[in-house]
Amino acid sequence: MSLRPQGTRGKCSGAGGWRLECSTPMERSPGQGPEEGERRLEPDPRTPHSSQEPSPYDESEVHDSFQQLIQEQSWRAAQEGLELQQRARQAAGSGQHTLLGSEGTHSAATLRILASMPSRTIGRSRGAIISQYYNRTVQLRRRSSRPLLGNLVRSARPSLRMYDLELDPRAQEEEEKQSLLVRELQSLAVAQRDHMLRGMPLSLAEKRSLREKSRTPRGKWRGQRGHGSIFSCCGWLRYACVLTLHSLGLALLSSLQALTPWRYALKRIGGQFGSSVLSYFLFLKTLLAFNALLLLLLLAFMVGPQAAFPPALPGPVPVCTGLELLTGAGCFTHTVMYYGHYSNATLNQPCAGPLEGGRCSPGAGSLPYNMPLAYLFTVGVGFFITCITLVYSMAHSFGESYRVGSTSGIHAITVFCSWDYKVTQKRASRLQQDNIRTRLKELLAEWQLRQSPRSVCRRLRQAAALGLTWLLCLGTALGCAVAVHVFSEFMIQSLEAAGKEAALLVLPLVVGLLNLGAPYLCRILAALEPHDSPVLEVYVAICRNLILKLAILGTLCYHWLGRRVGVLRGQCWEDFVGQELYRFLVMDFILMLLDTLFGELVWRIISEKKLKRRRKPEFDIARNVLELIYGQTLTWLGVLFSPLLPAVQIIKLLLVFYIKKASLLANCQAPRRPWLASHMSTVFLTLLCFPAFLGTAVFLCYAVWHVKPSGICGPFRTLDTMYEAGRVWVRHLEAGGPRVSWLPWVHQYLVENTFFVFLVSALLLAVIYLNIQVVRGQRKVICLLKEQISNEGEDKIFLINKLHSIYERKEREERSRRCPPNPYGPSLDGTYACHCWFDSMITACDLLNPPCQPHKGQYWLLMAGKWKNLPWVFLEFVCVLVSLVSARGCGAQ
Amino acid sequence: MGGSGSRLSKDLLAEYQDLTFLTKQEILLSMYVVSAPHLVDEQQARSGNEHTGTPIAERANRSPLSARAHKRFCELLPQEQQSVEASLRAQVSFEQILSLPELKANPFKERICRVFSTSPTRDSLSFEDFLDLLSVFSDTATPDIKSHYAFRIFDFDDDGTLNREDLSQLVNCLTGESEDTRLSASEMKQLVDNILEESDIDRDGTINLSEFQHVISRSPDFASSFKIVL
Repeated sequence: MSLRPQGTRGKCSGAGGWRLECSTPMERSPGQGPEEGERRLEPDPRTPHSSQEPSPYDESEVHDSFQQLIQEQSWRAAQEGLELQQRARQAAGSGQHTLLGSEGTHSAATLRILASMPSRTIGRSRGAIISQYYNRTVQLRRRSSRPLLGNLVRSARPSLRMYDLELDPRAQEEEEKQSLLVRELQSLAVAQRDHMLRGMPLSLAEKRSLREKSRTPRGKWRGQRGHGSIFSCCGWLRYACVLTLHSLGLALLSSLQALTPWRYALKRIGGQFGSSVLSYFLFLKTLLAFNALLLLLLLAFMVGPQAAFPPALPGPVPVCTGLELLTGAGCFTHTVMYYGHYSNATLNQPCAGPLEGGRCSPGAGSLPYNMPLAYLFTVGVGFFITCITLVYSMAHSFGESYRVGSTSGIHAITVFCSWDYKVTQKRASRLQQDNIRTRLKELLAEWQLRQSPRSVCRRLRQAAALGLTWLLCLGTALGCAVAVHVFSEFMIQSLEAAGKEAALLVLPLVVGLLNLGAPYLCRILAALEPHDSPVLEVYVAICRNLILKLAILGTLCYHWLGRRVGVLRGQCWEDFVGQELYRFLVMDFILMLLDTLFGELVWRIISEKKLKRRRKPEFDIARNVLELIYGQTLTWLGVLFSPLLPAVQIIKLLLVFYIKKASLLANCQAPRRPWLASHMSTVFLTLLCFPAFLGTAVFLCYAVWHVKPSGICGPFRTLDTMYEAGRVWVRHLEAGGPRVSWLPWVHQYLVENTFFVFLVSALLLAVIYLNIQVVRGQRKVICLLKEQISNEGEDKIFLINKLHSIYERKEREERSRRCPPNPYGPSLDGTYACHCWFDSMITACDLLNPPCQPHKGQYWLLMAGKWKNLPWVFLEFVCVLVSLVSARGCGAQ
Repeated sequence: MGGSGSRLSKDLLAEYQDLTFLTKQEILLSMYVVSAPHLVDEQQARSGNEHTGTPIAERANRSPLSARAHKRFCELLPQEQQSVEASLRAQVSFEQILSLPELKANPFKERICRVFSTSPTRDSLSFEDFLDLLSVFSDTATPDIKSHYAFRIFDFDDDGTLNREDLSQLVNCLTGESEDTRLSASEMKQLVDNILEESDIDRDGTINLSEFQHVISRSPDFASSFKIVL
């Protein structure tokens, strides 16, 4: 192919030149000879329609005629729209069926029809929206099977969308649709109707008019607001009073707005740092709610009754020195704060209210308040409620984050969903733009990397680096665990020698320092390994951090329940564990403060003043969230031994909120990494539920079922295990009488009997298995549906092309009517040759005179108009000849 | 108090509540937000001295509503339009709306205003349009209506589908319009190709509303980020 014709082609097809593609001899795919220009004078035998269709004779009669029709059409199409097939062939070569070129190549009529296709109008036209919601309303009404109020013609309904030609706005049609919708709305209940209207993407005025219209006559009086009539005469005073009261109420309401906790703080954080950092603070708020719930229960059923009936103190109260705030020992020891203070007696209190577990059967008002039972049941119920809430919220966010059949549409999702509309600051907005740009570039680079597979050597190197870092990180975690174990053993021995209060703080300090330092080490190690995606990097960091924390906590749990119980024989070991957990919590808070101070404030000052860097330190969401989860785990671990620990945790969380917020606003900037906030909060909740809550539950169950409580203190001092309290109570109930005999039965057959547990877990497994199967089936259906949609899309493209060729034909017929006799004779083929000839002339003319791009049929008119200046025409004619000759020459080469 | 609160009659307020996703408080607040231009200046001043590193914690505690609601929606308007009916019919030009702190930094602010404007010339918002806007961007709005309006915002040429030009314009908005911040032509082409490949289910070269909603439904982050907190 020569350069010249290609240039011609590019120019003309850009200028809306279908005609050029169809008829210039040089326009064809490479590899085809110039002689094909002749072949197109008759139907192309290679065209898909004429060659692939089955023979009409072996079809039924109906098919026969249809076949004929198709053949006729395809023959015409072969004649007129050869370019169509050519392009289709090209598209088939590239494996994808696309529309012919861009939409600019279509004629105006085709474009109009294209634009009025229902799938396109729905995003734009009011009529389409109305009819869509009409359809939905009909569905809703049918589902709720309400009586039909209006006498509608049913057959008129389903095809509403087909009349959806918005470009030539037919007001009447829209009105018709509207009235249909109104009638449908009328048949709905008021609440349902309002709900429906609220969800419609229409403007308020339109919604209002729809509502006014769809109001049943009975309710119409509400619609008349009548501002004018109210001011008329006697009602004025009353109205003024009502108005004053009303506005007073409104004032109260709007001041309530200010009471919503941390509303502006959260808005500010969201505005400056985006959703990702906000998710940390929202998680903190969730934890606060969990603790508040737990604390409420504990206060109501344990701490309150115990505080109302204080037992006699065993000895003189030690004087508070201030160190107790850190150690939790000393004068705090014999208070409601710790397990040891609670009595094992029955408090002399009549049954005050419905307690958990059906303890207070109706009519048995004289049942006393049994403290051990209350202790056991309150903690149990508190944990049960927490568990239910956690699992529910986790399942909810799982359902939102992971949809069935969701495939990787990462580019589209990033572009459509990554802008955070909460951001209100110019600077933050610029930062967000930078982040999105980096993210998009990373995605593209990743995509290109995936297109070209990596070499084996590189992959090996990568795997080696990955394995090494994992090994090192796991080694670090193991080392930390061993260090904690060794140190705690050392503490047990040294504490026996000299029981100093300040020495109690050493173990929490060491553990806190390990907790603080090891993640930094892991982060340094992580810099060594190459990761494909930044999201994976975040997950890996979280995973390593979690393993570390779990290892340390596991060692500590062993230390408390395995070693301390033995060592502290004769003392109140529960009190000691409670105090220890309190110390860990406090130390965690202090170290977090120091970390915030040095890691964020001092680092910011250093990097700004000394290193002269513009960037502030990033807010590490993953690490901070894991710290929160760690703190929460400590709290849950300690609830049994120190019922007021949730209160301490609440105070800590409140302080953390304000400190982190201040530090964040002053010292930090949003993380550069893209952060899927919603996925992340799902991950956070999962982490909170699975390792943290589950581990705690196992720990507590072990403590309740297996560990012997200390003999000198606490509500269970006479029993072998804490669980004994429940058994004793059941035995007590058995003796109580026939009215509560079902409870021992329940206990005997459902709780003690293992068969029931097996049955329940088997059922659960069956349900899970069924669900997995259902999901698998849905996935298959989704795949099939997707295939079907893409087939439909191809059909659509085919129809559009067909439509276009028909329009094109019409246009040509009109033009040929105006066309003067051509040099090749009056036959059909001749007309085509005529077109070809004109086209080449126009092409040449276009080349010469870019702004002048006459339409094929208009060319003669143009020429006629130019008769007046004959010399120019002559010159043009020469140019045309020259261009033709040169094109031929180039094409022949 | 008793200013614009009483001007909005009870029935009208109830109606707004029924027809939008806003609560009573939010409707009143929106009245204040639209009507307090001095607040905008204050906010700008705040964000202006952000760099100096003055303690910011207490700045977040914005003054109570009654104190900052000096100027109201109606006071932006000429004297004769201050009755309820007139103030509801009155139009506020885009410049005033765009200077709101909530929209100021948004690259899509012009599109948002255009999509929600119901005036024939599409250059101003009435109070009800503004309520519509806030309703769609509120917490409680359904994902359906959010994605519908997101589609219309992204459809820059208002033709009912997202074609290649719309997509590249959208990407430009996301990355910054200027020469040095936008993606290169080849990157842009690649990106648009990938987006179409991923989301154009029926392969017609454009993304229509249902395809768009399909993509959005896979991203739960959309509903949490497509919000404007008043």
